[in-house]
Amino acid sequence: MRLAINWFKYSAPSTFYGLAGKLIPFFAWPAAILFAVGLYIGFFVAPTDAVQSEAYRIMFIHVPASILSMFIYLIMAGYAALGLIFKTRLSSMMASALAPTGALFAFISLWTGALWGKPMWGAWWVWDARLTSELILLFLYLGFIALQASIEDPRRADRASALLAIVGSVNVPIIYYSVQWWNTLHQGSTIKFSGTSMHVAMQQSMFTILVACWLYVIAISLARVRSIILERESNTQWVKELAEAK
Amino acid sequence: MNKLSLFGLLGLVIRRDLLLAMRRRADVLTTLIFFVMVVSLFPLGVGPEPDMLRKMAAGVLWVAALLASMLSLPRMFSADYLDGTLEQMMLAPQSLTMMVLGKIIAHWMLSGLPLVLIAPVLGLQFDMSVQALWVLMLALLLGTPVLSMIGAIGAALTLGLRGGGVLVSLLVLPLCIPVLIFGAGAVEAVNSGMDAISNLSLLGAFLLFALVFTPFVAAQALRISME
Repeated sequence: MRLAINWFKYSAPSTFYGLAGKLIPFFAWPAAILFAVGLYIGFFVAPTDAVQSEAYRIMFIHVPASILSMFIYLIMAGYAALGLIFKTRLSSMMASALAPTGALFAFISLWTGALWGKPMWGAWWVWDARLTSELILLFLYLGFIALQASIEDPRRADRASALLAIVGSVNVPIIYYSVQWWNTLHQGSTIKFSGTSMHVAMQQSMFTILVACWLYVIAISLARVRSIILERESNTQWVKELAEAK
Repeated sequence: MNKLSLFGLLGLVIRRDLLLAMRRRADVLTTLIFFVMVVSLFPLGVGPEPDMLRKMAAGVLWVAALLASMLSLPRMFSADYLDGTLEQMMLAPQSLTMMVLGKIIAHWMLSGLPLVLIAPVLGLQFDMSVQALWVLMLALLLGTPVLSMIGAIGAALTLGLRGGGVLVSLLVLPLCIPVLIFGAGAVEAVNSGMDAISNLSLLGAFLLFALVFTPFVAAQALRISME
């Protein structure tokens, strides 16, 4: 049990605030460096694709953004559920700190997908199953953020949006498969990614940027959770004694 | 009253809500008129070619049904919330989940069922075949209760909030997409000469799934909103 006590120490916003501040540079700097390295490999080392020529390079941003937009929703729902079940304030704060980043990645994924789709498919938008479910995911994020924004009492906002996130995450697989079946009923997928023999440099670039995005998400959500902590605990003694709050 | 069984309670809540609605019939009619209007706007917007209308009929009717049910959602709990009935319901020793289920069923009978009944008439305006009309009705009959059930969660979460009406649509519409897909898909299947049974079965599965979980979740949402 000694370990457990140690662990829970940082579940209090007042102690986590300092810890988060110390941790941010350890995630932010590697993220910046890896972004630079990944983009360099992606633009200068990776060879031109035989089929898709130069335009395929947008994949190095597009794929990590799509992956993360889906993961973040699950993590956000997990944090929200923790907050709802165990009434830990910090978990709910983490959930609301993650939501804007998730929505941002969903948006980037759609945006870069459109830019990629124009030269590849000849259209900015096709009603492909994956595009459609990504769009719905963006809607789910926006619903979560909108619900949280429209409730003034933070406790109720946390719990209500937590319930919404849980219902959403139960619904996500149902939506995903129904969109997929809907798509196959109407028309075949416009393009298939059968070429799995990816060049090593392409893999390296994509993987590096994926890791960079992960680190960025951690850094930015820690920074955001610090602001949320300050905002919510602004009338407590420890915030008033903080050097940066004075 | 102490020996009130679960289903007795359910019947009581449904009867009460229906009675209240009958005292203010205009509310029920507005939803229905909205549905008819939205559906009638589509031919005016896209042109009167029967071929095209037949093709899009199912989708138009389903989207209109979705919007109409969103329109009536804020009313599900708001009157009871304002006059304090909801608080009494929560204090009551009986199951809140069952009472919520009763309110959902009453809401469906007032907003979903009329749409199911009028849909064939509107379908005729779109030159749908008789077989397609039957499938449409069956799909609406299975699908609209799911809309009321998912909607109940949204209505409970946004209870008493400013701008709750738009917000509830924002929360609920994405969650209703599977119902829309398979509801419209059932009619589409009949039109293209296939069997609609797989789409209808999936709608039935959604209905059962929602019936088990949503009343409980909506009851929890009410507790959060009423704290």
